[in-house]
Amino acid sequence: MQFMLLFSRQGKLRLQKWYVPLSDKEKKKITRELVQTVLARKPKMCSFLEWRDLKIVYKRYASLYFCCAIEDQDNELITLEIIHRYVELLDKYFGSVCELDIIFNFEKAYFILDEFLLGGEVQETSKKNVLKAIEQADLLQEKTENMYHSKSFIGCKKAY
Amino acid sequence: MPAVSKGDGMRGLAVFISDIRNCKSKEAEIKRINKELANIRSKFKGDKALDGYSKKKYVCKLLFIFLLGHDIDFGHMEAVNLLSSNKYTEKQIGYLFISVLVNSNSELIRLINNAIKNDLASRNPTFMCLALHCIANVGSREMGEAFAADIPRILVAGDSMDSVKQSAALCLLRLYKASPDLVPMGEWTARVVHLLNDQHMGVVTAAVSLITCLCKKNPDDFKTCISLAVSRLSRIVSSASTDLQDYTYYFVPAPWLSVKLLRLLQCYPPPEDAAVKGRLVECLETVLNKAQEPPKSKKVQHSNAKNAILFETISLIIHYDSEPNLLVRACNQLGQFLQHRETNLRYLALESMCTLASSEFSHEAVKTHIDTVINALKTERDVSVRQRAADLLYAMCDRSNAKQIVSEMLRYLETADYAIREEIVLKVAILAEKYAVDYSWYVDTILNLIRIAGDYVSEEVWYRVLQIVTNRDDVQGYAAKTVFEALQAPACHENMVKVGGYILGEFGNLIAGDPRSSPPVQFSLLHSKFHLCSVATRALLLSTYIKFINLFPETKATIQGVLRAGSQLRNADVELQQRAVEYLTLSSVASTDVLATVLEEMPPFPERESSILAKLKRKKGPGAGSALDDGRRDPSSNDINGGVEPTPSTVSTPSPSADLLGLRAAPPPAAPPATSGAGNLLVDVFSDGPAAQPSLGPTPEEAFLSELEPPAPESPMALLADPAPAADPGPEDIGPPIPEADELLNKFVCKNNGVLFENQLLQIGVKSEFRQNLGRMYLFYGNKTSVQFQNFSPTVVHPGDLQTHILPLAVQTKRVAAQVDGGAQVQQVLNIECLRDFLTPPLLSVRFRYGGAPQSLTLKLPVTINKFFQPTEMAAQDFFQRWKQLSLPQQEAQKIFKANHPMDAEVTKAKLLGFGSALLDNVDPNPENFVGAGIIQTKALQVGCLLRLEPNAQAQMYRLTLRTSKEPVSRHLCELLAQQF
Repeated sequence: MQFMLLFSRQGKLRLQKWYVPLSDKEKKKITRELVQTVLARKPKMCSFLEWRDLKIVYKRYASLYFCCAIEDQDNELITLEIIHRYVELLDKYFGSVCELDIIFNFEKAYFILDEFLLGGEVQETSKKNVLKAIEQADLLQEKTENMYHSKSFIGCKKAY
Repeated sequence: MPAVSKGDGMRGLAVFISDIRNCKSKEAEIKRINKELANIRSKFKGDKALDGYSKKKYVCKLLFIFLLGHDIDFGHMEAVNLLSSNKYTEKQIGYLFISVLVNSNSELIRLINNAIKNDLASRNPTFMCLALHCIANVGSREMGEAFAADIPRILVAGDSMDSVKQSAALCLLRLYKASPDLVPMGEWTARVVHLLNDQHMGVVTAAVSLITCLCKKNPDDFKTCISLAVSRLSRIVSSASTDLQDYTYYFVPAPWLSVKLLRLLQCYPPPEDAAVKGRLVECLETVLNKAQEPPKSKKVQHSNAKNAILFETISLIIHYDSEPNLLVRACNQLGQFLQHRETNLRYLALESMCTLASSEFSHEAVKTHIDTVINALKTERDVSVRQRAADLLYAMCDRSNAKQIVSEMLRYLETADYAIREEIVLKVAILAEKYAVDYSWYVDTILNLIRIAGDYVSEEVWYRVLQIVTNRDDVQGYAAKTVFEALQAPACHENMVKVGGYILGEFGNLIAGDPRSSPPVQFSLLHSKFHLCSVATRALLLSTYIKFINLFPETKATIQGVLRAGSQLRNADVELQQRAVEYLTLSSVASTDVLATVLEEMPPFPERESSILAKLKRKKGPGAGSALDDGRRDPSSNDINGGVEPTPSTVSTPSPSADLLGLRAAPPPAAPPATSGAGNLLVDVFSDGPAAQPSLGPTPEEAFLSELEPPAPESPMALLADPAPAADPGPEDIGPPIPEADELLNKFVCKNNGVLFENQLLQIGVKSEFRQNLGRMYLFYGNKTSVQFQNFSPTVVHPGDLQTHILPLAVQTKRVAAQVDGGAQVQQVLNIECLRDFLTPPLLSVRFRYGGAPQSLTLKLPVTINKFFQPTEMAAQDFFQRWKQLSLPQQEAQKIFKANHPMDAEVTKAKLLGFGSALLDNVDPNPENFVGAGIIQTKALQVGCLLRLEPNAQAQMYRLTLRTSKEPVSRHLCELLAQQF
């Protein structure tokens, strides 16, 4: 897989993950083009399209589009299920996930993705194993964070 | 959000994100962001040391701002601090920031690498995984240099945790893809293969991807993976749907791993070991059988996962192409999908069948689905599916169904989406040519194409029909009759006028007997379109008219009248004007015999790869034409369309050297001199000053032909040698030539083909041919690495003459693909016209990105003034007469120099011939000496050149004397040539 993009129906990019080296300018251009292309497609159309020399696999979940670019010899259907498994992981972690969860906890969305896919390849398909890794991290976080909590709230309020 | 609240401590971040979301306008958002950036900057710069939590929070905010699409140019230091923290959450955010916002600041990279190194060595699996994720996410060459050697060790270490192994495998894969040279192969490779046996399915899943990539480069080293993969696959395929617990996905056992294993097997030919092969065939059959079983779930995830494995299985069967039984079963399965209610499956079935069509075992089976596919082309609502259907029709086409398929595609063309019309046109043109039984059908088809989709019929297509008609006399009369009829339409496409003009000009005589298409009728029909046409078409029609004068003397007066009209003779366009003037004069001055010779029918075109096929390949990338141009499936089909006679075969060698100048090479070159008129000519040529003789311009023959040459490539890349204004990639954008550039250039003074440049990454080969003042050069850029070059862009500029601002060379290039795959070669064509004499060669600047790092390279293009040499034969007496005429001191240049190479007369001869001049025997009284003569052809003027080379074997020295009518040319030629001996 070369990259994965999550964007809203309004075309707002919610998450981007690039597995090939590209300049920021190129990334922006690709994103713009693809968001336009995918949003222009009608609901009943097929989930695959040829785009430049890549294959695009996309699927819409509620207000969010998940869109992956894969290479010529890659398998479209299994990519569709990569998307679905990622959605399941998010759903399980956030509990009935919605677009807002991904906006407000974008870093978590990235962490989960990194456990699932690495370098554009599937690393771990077991839902249990992926979430175990993330939850362990959360436990660690909680332990270390508790001592900061009270202080941080004061700091935040001051800042705004 | 129960699960989240426990870990979520960054309230400030949430507040900030809400603020941004509440912004009513873009301006408000930017204002809010700038305020935040200022705040963060001051916090980072402030005296008070920030605690880890605040740092983390601010770094997260920066990340969020970046992901909104704003540039972030600070915070990296703080992120690196977080990396080094012992607190997991801080470390994690630090890594995330670095992964998303890589910065090539080398100081920073050193610090990051240090932190990563510590984490890798920490033996804390969570930290190790974070570090590995970061390396994989960044994947830069620097990372590779720092870690590529360590990761294999972590991967195969007995005490590494499973999760660490998984990350290490994919991390290594990413580094290998970016910089394969950095990953050392070694004894670890054998142990990696054995990870296929690992108990942990996740480890196997990750390892297969790595092995699949590695084995492509070193198939033998990884051969043992075949049997391991087969047995793993077999265990999965035969397991019950619940055996694999969490690795079962909607009742499908380990679909991702199965697909990956099937992909791995596609790197190899069928297993040699009979037992392994038997087991594998069993697996493949099981998958095909399961496809017929009722689904275990109604969920689309179940069917997708199951079918993903099925399609990958079919890919493997097609890859092996050796099991007729499986191939036919695969085809039947896909046939079922062609009518499935899921659009996705129909799409994939059409796509997959395309490859099945090229196998001899399943070609016939694919053909049975023709009606379904035609129906798909007509009724599918999604253009991408229709596109697949058109592709499949193209792939399944053969002699038996060509007429049906071509007519369906023509019908489809009338309503096809604009985006794919050009491709359909190309495909129809190719099929019509390849499977034509009689050529009248072919001509009809192409004319139909022009009628239905004239705007999408590219030059290649109509050039091709002209080539074929010219080469096959059995179709010429029919073609003339048909174009004549087509031109009767009140509104016909300009391409029709072009084809009609050309064909009637050549073969109009074949239908002139019929009073309905008598010469005057033909002429007035063509001329009625004249005023509506573009300059290029009008120029072509003028050539048709002069050909008419030859074919039909009775039209002479009318046509001369047209040529003489002010609108032609004083046309603002120089090309039209020149043609009108020249043709008018030619028709009045030349005798009928001369006219008949000059305007003779075009000779057959040399056989070459069909330009339309080449164009389709360019459009679709390599392999696109494979279904068709293999010739293997249907060897007997060559009898009409391939072998025997001077044929328009689509399957000739794609070697450009066979016919470099392409169409232009076909006619007898309008070669000046050598014979009768040579004396006179040389006087003109050798006289001083720019003796611009338009009479030496293209003969009518050539002018006609030049119509066929693609005159201006679709994207002229601004190569023009504009010195001063430097609009586009002006010379100042281009680095100085590499130090060896002169030396490399020297190698090409006397030859036209060879390797111009080579280093570890790139090889540049050159093939070129020059005629008169025109040249065509093919540059071949070979990627020697296994990694794709990106943003690949070669540019040609000519520094030009700074004093005069006059461009001596016009160079047109075509853009090349911006990506060059590892091991692949791309070709670039340059059309060169020498406008006037020049001293400095053009520069070729090549830029690309290799593994993320920009590379650039500037060379001197091997185009030197002597390439435009036209050899001239003359007798001793003439030679000495000219020699004496060029006796002014500044007309002579002389050099005495030591021999750098052994003094071999034959080698010297070859070099002088390669240099371009004619070698004249029996001129110099001393037989050891060499004497040569030639004319440098430029558009503005011609420069006569005489040369004499006197070797002195005893002293191992040469004396070289050049005399030309132009002083700088003498000196320059002398310098160029002196370096060759």
